[in-house]
Amino acid sequence: MIAMQDVHKAFGPKKVLRGVTLDVARGESLVIIGGSGTGKSVTIKCILGLVTPDTGLITLDGQDVRRAERDAFLARFGMLFQGGALFDSLSVWQNVAFRLLRGALKRPRAEAREIAIEKLRRVGLTPDVADLFPAELSGGMQKRVGLARAIAAEPEIIFFDEPTTGLDPIMAGVINDLIREIVVEMGATAITITHDMSSVRAIADKVAMLHDGVIQWTGPVARMDTSGDPFVEQFIHGRAEGPIEAVR
Amino acid sequence: MHPLAPVTAVGRSTLSMLAAIGRVTIFLGATLTHLVRPPFYPREFLSALLSIGWFSLPVVGLTTLFTGGALALQIYAGGARFNAEAVVPQIVAIGMVRELGPVLTGLMVAGRVAASIAAEVGTMKVTEQIDALVTLSTNPMKYLTVPRVLAATLALPLLAAVGNVIGILGGYLVGTTRLDFNAAVYLTNTVDFLEAADVVSGLVKAAVFGFIVALMGCYHGMNSGRGAQGVGRATTNAVVSSSILILASNYLLTEVFFSA
Ligand SMILES: Nc1ncnc2c1ncn2[C@@H]1O[C@H](COP(=O)(O)OP(=O)(O)OP(=O)(O)O)[C@@H](O)[C@H]1O
Ligand SMILES: [Mg+2]
Repeated sequence: MIAMQDVHKAFGPKKVLRGVTLDVARGESLVIIGGSGTGKSVTIKCILGLVTPDTGLITLDGQDVRRAERDAFLARFGMLFQGGALFDSLSVWQNVAFRLLRGALKRPRAEAREIAIEKLRRVGLTPDVADLFPAELSGGMQKRVGLARAIAAEPEIIFFDEPTTGLDPIMAGVINDLIREIVVEMGATAITITHDMSSVRAIADKVAMLHDGVIQWTGPVARMDTSGDPFVEQFIHGRAEGPIEAVR
Repeated sequence: MHPLAPVTAVGRSTLSMLAAIGRVTIFLGATLTHLVRPPFYPREFLSALLSIGWFSLPVVGLTTLFTGGALALQIYAGGARFNAEAVVPQIVAIGMVRELGPVLTGLMVAGRVAASIAAEVGTMKVTEQIDALVTLSTNPMKYLTVPRVLAATLALPLLAAVGNVIGILGGYLVGTTRLDFNAAVYLTNTVDFLEAADVVSGLVKAAVFGFIVALMGCYHGMNSGRGAQGVGRATTNAVVSSSILILASNYLLTEVFFSA
């Protein structure tokens, strides 16, 4: 469904992506792993067009994303940003219901609010946070509000940038289950970035490891432990020694 | 040092200035095209109107009040040198309405509003809120820039009108209490002397200044560098560039209105 072919991206002299090639099928859950600063966030921003690749082709259903009609294209996506990226001038429920309050999906305020509260419940937040402002929430709560916003309009394709970072293990479990549920029950296609190996095992159908600007290894999650790839081995066991340098 | 180093430096800063002018022009063009094409965001517009217009009233009122008073004293002292003290009401009125009302309003609002817009939009940029807007199918130019630019363009003439009245009031208070002008005569002289063109030209200027302030605030915010430092620099640049543009455009507009 989504395909990246030989995508390159540099910021000034810094070459971040050096030929990323990646495929995600409809209804599949891909998890991207890789060291900090290797360009995982940049990769998904390239797909959404938030970052323009220098060269390479990105297609959605076979169509070049640069040619796609922007509004229709974006309407199919939901995205959880690494830092939450909540609008701090809007209350929590207005953040979650942002898409439902304006544009093509607009519906009555009371109804939008109800949907927002339902989505908040799904990410483990009680209705009393609905009227607070993002600045009044803890980091983990903000993250979950961002997650609720990403899924609020029930998009076909959802990107989660480190959904469980900063959450306690129980809440991380809840979120992992939620993402799995969204993929299985709603048939959504998901790309998740995470450093948390238990999340990888809970969420992924397929795993891709990004290192040095390219996908070093990709395969079904079941084969991850027996991949024989030294990069993957080092990463999943968290060893300081190996082909991945500790200082980057 | 290379003998041509100074030339290189001049060339480089000229080029970067031209590039900046180009970027601002493109931003201006984008703002204007989004201005006339839906969707529109009335809620954003109203909240911008409130924060730009209503909350700037105290600042504008105080500035023009004191300036009107000082102007009356100066004109009185200057006029006395050739026995023309009596023109205080007329000159205060024309000075406020044509020049000082709009310019002071523009500059005070540049300090207050351009800074706050740049800081707000810049923070949104740095914390990926602008990217988030895009992923939520909302165009940041339409959602952030257009409402602010419209609100400021509308609010500034109203603010300047209030500023004019308060500035003239300042002159009146000084004229009738400190200098011995008759209250009724002062007011008649002011009202009889002013022409519609004086007032209208001042208000048109104010509208242009409002446009500049919001445009510069949004431009610098949207192009903010990364981190808190980037936002700080964007804020400073927004205030400095909008102040300079206000003064430069004030001169140009004055030429256009009154040189014929
Ligand atoms: N807008 C930008 N301008 C300049 N450099 C950037 C920009 N965005 C990302 N980078 C650089 O690209 C590199 C990859 O960033 P990215 O955010 O994709 O890392 P990541 O793999 O998501 O890391 P982490 O796991 O820590 O989130 C970093 O070195 C970063 O400094
Ligand atoms: Mg990242």
